[in-house]
Amino acid sequence: MSALEVTGVGLLATVQDRGRFGLLDQGVGVSGAADGASAALGNRLVANAPDAAVIEALFGSLAVRARGTVVVAVTGAYCPLTVTARDGRTRGAAMYELITLADGDELRLGAPSTGLRAYLAVRGGADVPAVLGSRSTDTLAGLGPAALGVGDLLPIGDLVDGEPVVDAVAAPWGTGASAPVAVLDALLGPRDDWFAPAAIALLRTREFTVAPASDRVGVRLEGPAPLERSVTRELPSEPVATGSLQVPADGHPLVFLADHPVTGGYPVIAVLTEASIACAAQLAPGARVRFRLR
Amino acid sequence: MSSAPRVLRAGERGILLEFDSLAAAVGCRAALSRAAIPGVEDAVSGARTVMLRFDPAMTSREAVAAAVTAIEPEPGLLPRSGAPVEIPVVYDSADLVSTAALLGLSVDGLIAAHTGRTWVCAFGGFAPGFGYLVSDEPSLDVPRLETPRTRVPAGAVGLAGEFSGVYPRASPGGWRLIGRTDVPMWSPERTPPALLAVGSAVRFVEAGRS
Repeated sequence: MSALEVTGVGLLATVQDRGRFGLLDQGVGVSGAADGASAALGNRLVANAPDAAVIEALFGSLAVRARGTVVVAVTGAYCPLTVTARDGRTRGAAMYELITLADGDELRLGAPSTGLRAYLAVRGGADVPAVLGSRSTDTLAGLGPAALGVGDLLPIGDLVDGEPVVDAVAAPWGTGASAPVAVLDALLGPRDDWFAPAAIALLRTREFTVAPASDRVGVRLEGPAPLERSVTRELPSEPVATGSLQVPADGHPLVFLADHPVTGGYPVIAVLTEASIACAAQLAPGARVRFRLR
Repeated sequence: MSSAPRVLRAGERGILLEFDSLAAAVGCRAALSRAAIPGVEDAVSGARTVMLRFDPAMTSREAVAAAVTAIEPEPGLLPRSGAPVEIPVVYDSADLVSTAALLGLSVDGLIAAHTGRTWVCAFGGFAPGFGYLVSDEPSLDVPRLETPRTRVPAGAVGLAGEFSGVYPRASPGGWRLIGRTDVPMWSPERTPPALLAVGSAVRFVEAGRS
């Protein structure tokens, strides 16, 4: 049986699929790939079923060695790729293309020039044991497989759906340097009426910076000033959606990503669109952000 | 519906229904669990709220809101399962004495009030296996701690606002801790993994004190 041996990890590499469903009432969120669009594109490139699990590599910097012949594709954050054969010869490879690894070939992802999370899809899917119906690592709930470490051997499953039909696709958000300021689309509500008009204006017009404390739970943002509330009473705990722009007591918002808590006690001023959630998951610390509210 | 909920927008595929009371939110959620609304993928409850996620390819925010307001809610804070889940508690935790004082009760009085009523799991959230427990007996309403603890041990039994709850695992937390239990609230090997479901009845049983 073919497999991938993990030979290098950077900051954090986890196995992710579409997520864990039906357990919200028990306090378990959906989790899954933070940038679901990139993970899904990787699965489509290698012609996997949509439920196949991929590897999410924070800030790239992942290396895997093929056991047997393995077909992979890398999507998401734009990383330099190299493939080194068993005899030491190195060849190039590109993001967003089908890469066939012969037995012993090692694929290395460098640090990304654009974006934050790279996705390695392998034809057949990463076949780690599912926990409560998903192979995703939920970093908040502490569910699913442990983060990947050097030496781990990932068996490859059979969650394929037909044959690959293209060799490569264009990167959805370009290949060059990042846009100087990312623009995220968001729908006001459910609790925009808990904020002063000045807070809405600030969110609509000013730039925010991604703070280093960001993770799979949320992208923490620092603005020019705290978002001031007009309603200051405590909010009874309420459900929060992925992509929610929650404003904690300090007035600096965070965007909830895949591992966000199911409920929260701070008001949500707006919720990102699906496309912008994927974009938010690719924002590295220091990135600048603006919001387009409707 | 006796008092129609406020319908709030929660992104492209979510609506948040806000009710006047916890009982109304719980009653609506109970009714929703019996009447599937086409295009609605899941529902999550809060203390005054129910959030519905829908598939915008199959339905619209307006259609979901109309369907919800047409549903007759069920009575609110009633247990919806058979025999209560019994949770033995040792009442000896750090905030026991101060919480009793806040409520104008003796320690005995607080323990009697906590064990002498049937609690109902109104909703989950916060952490896997955590249930927000309420009762329709006179309230044991206390504010959260001014400064949350950075670490609350697994099995800690606490009070906050109108709720009681048991921490399923060690985590930060701002509830006032009155006791502890050995009963696992969450074990992934179990089906379902959470001891409590929405609607579960719970009785706390005194298993000792300091």
